[in-house]
Amino acid sequence: MLSPSAPMTLSMGPSHPATHGIIRINLQLDGERVVDSTVDMGFLHRGFEKMCETHAWNQAIVYTDRLNYVSAMINNIGYCMAVEGLLEIETPPRCQTLRVILSELSRVEDHLTCLAAQVMECGALTAFLYTMKAREYVYELIEMACGARVTTNWTRVGGLSMDVPPDFADAIKARIPSIRIVNDEFNKLLTKNRIFIDRVKDVGCMTKEEAIDWGFTGPLLRATGVPFDVRRDTPYLNYDEFDFEIPIGSNGDVYDRYVIRLFEMEQSLQIIEQALEKLPEGPVNVDDMSITLPAKEDVYGNIEGLINQFKLIMDGHGIKPPPGEYYSAVEAPNGELGFYVVSTGEDKPYKCRCRPPCFPFTAAIPKMIKGHLVSDIVPIFGSINMIGGELDR
Amino acid sequence: MQKKVTNVTINPGLKEDIYYVEVFRGLWITNRHFVVNMWRHTLRLFGIKTKEKGAVTYQYPEERRPIHHRWRGRHRLTRKQDGSMRCTACMLCETICPCNCIHIVPGESPNPNVEKFPEQFNIDVLRCCFCGYCAEACPKDAIRMDLLEPEISGYTRDIIFTKDFLLGVTDDRPWENARLEAAYEEDK
Ligand code: SF4
Ligand code: SF4
Repeated sequence: MLSPSAPMTLSMGPSHPATHGIIRINLQLDGERVVDSTVDMGFLHRGFEKMCETHAWNQAIVYTDRLNYVSAMINNIGYCMAVEGLLEIETPPRCQTLRVILSELSRVEDHLTCLAAQVMECGALTAFLYTMKAREYVYELIEMACGARVTTNWTRVGGLSMDVPPDFADAIKARIPSIRIVNDEFNKLLTKNRIFIDRVKDVGCMTKEEAIDWGFTGPLLRATGVPFDVRRDTPYLNYDEFDFEIPIGSNGDVYDRYVIRLFEMEQSLQIIEQALEKLPEGPVNVDDMSITLPAKEDVYGNIEGLINQFKLIMDGHGIKPPPGEYYSAVEAPNGELGFYVVSTGEDKPYKCRCRPPCFPFTAAIPKMIKGHLVSDIVPIFGSINMIGGELDR
Repeated sequence: MQKKVTNVTINPGLKEDIYYVEVFRGLWITNRHFVVNMWRHTLRLFGIKTKEKGAVTYQYPEERRPIHHRWRGRHRLTRKQDGSMRCTACMLCETICPCNCIHIVPGESPNPNVEKFPEQFNIDVLRCCFCGYCAEACPKDAIRMDLLEPEISGYTRDIIFTKDFLLGVTDDRPWENARLEAAYEEDK
């Protein structure tokens, strides 16, 4: 028989409406209060790293779409940058600026989704619908650039699969005000609303030292007051050409994370505007026959182009980076997204390891929810923006 | 270029404690949305065009979202001007496909001027991830994904697009073939 003082075990998830993505939190409860908990992850394991080992360097880009499916573009870019580092090539300026623009669009999209889900689980359904509207605008722009809304598959090793359409810049410029209006309304609806503040303030706190110990990056680390941003500290692409602000918080609670995400969206929109101002003309692919597919006119029109096309696609040929290993990181919406690739000089990766930014957050759930009520788990879980595809790979 | 660090922590003060101020501001926003959107819906109901729609949603199946022409939808095999198929069974699309969903059986072409052609060309579309690599790899512009056709469905678990279907010469899905025919007309 249970004694009244013995903790009750409750399993939250794997299929609980609030555990979007599949994860199980095994709770030990004393009444409504969480005494102890363990996190059980891996329900969505698809073998991303193993799949990469059996596919050519370019084919693996498809699988990176399915990591963080809310901002697939950034995964594409991160992976391609790792392989480009291995090949020791630098992409042309137009490609870099376009990658910045699309990264920032994806960041807006990811933050919109994360905030929407987080506040919806606290009961703010109206704000959720407004942000979904803005996300639709971003999806339309992404569809315009690459031909798909979610599974973008847009970058290639050494450049892009295709340049953006000529009216792309105008389409973005026309959309940015609408996205700003949505952000503004979202801000006015919730940020100062006491119902929301009471729900999220001083909930799920982490201190600076704890966050660093757990390996936090991204908004969750910045919420504790550490101004770490991969875009600032190890600039990649041409991020060092843009002005933007890094928001930091001071309490490391759910409210700070919320405010930081809201602030970062505005910064991303500003980066997009600056990038559109100085979008250079020129090619988007490196001029190297052993990396980039030839132009279609050459493939259809002359034998060199045709042979080049075959040589890049046939099994056992294709892109062959020199033996070696390379790690490169990008600032994904959740934090540092790293790809570590090893080549043995073949046309397939020997190893491709992904550092998912939300893994440390998810591992720290027991620490964050300890001592809180069961109903506080939901906003805390929403604020870490766990993405199943990325966490379990 | 500078990257400033800003502390954005908000410490709620008296105005937030009073609660009513912010709640009425929120109600003002939601009500304004209701009135404005209702007004737009009403005007559109009477055929008066407004700059924006009342809602971003579409009344699917009656109303369809305009799809950008870059959309990677369902595949088709293109034809030459004389109507014969362009594909020469070079196998590049089968090689590049990351999902191994294209199966080609090459054979000798009935046309003496063409060496090879695919006797069978099957796409197991439930495995396809719509990456677009096949269209990118094809050296003959023989496979395209430009039908702007996002809905692919069937009644069984093996939706296999055969060569005849991809060329639009069967009639097992007449509603889709109409779109194919239009695409071929446009090619000419
Ligand atoms: S779109 Fe991609 S997965 Fe589908 S058939 Fe073509 S190459 Fe294969
Ligand atoms: S569709 Fe194109 S790539 Fe595929 S076998 Fe035919 S010619 Fe080759």
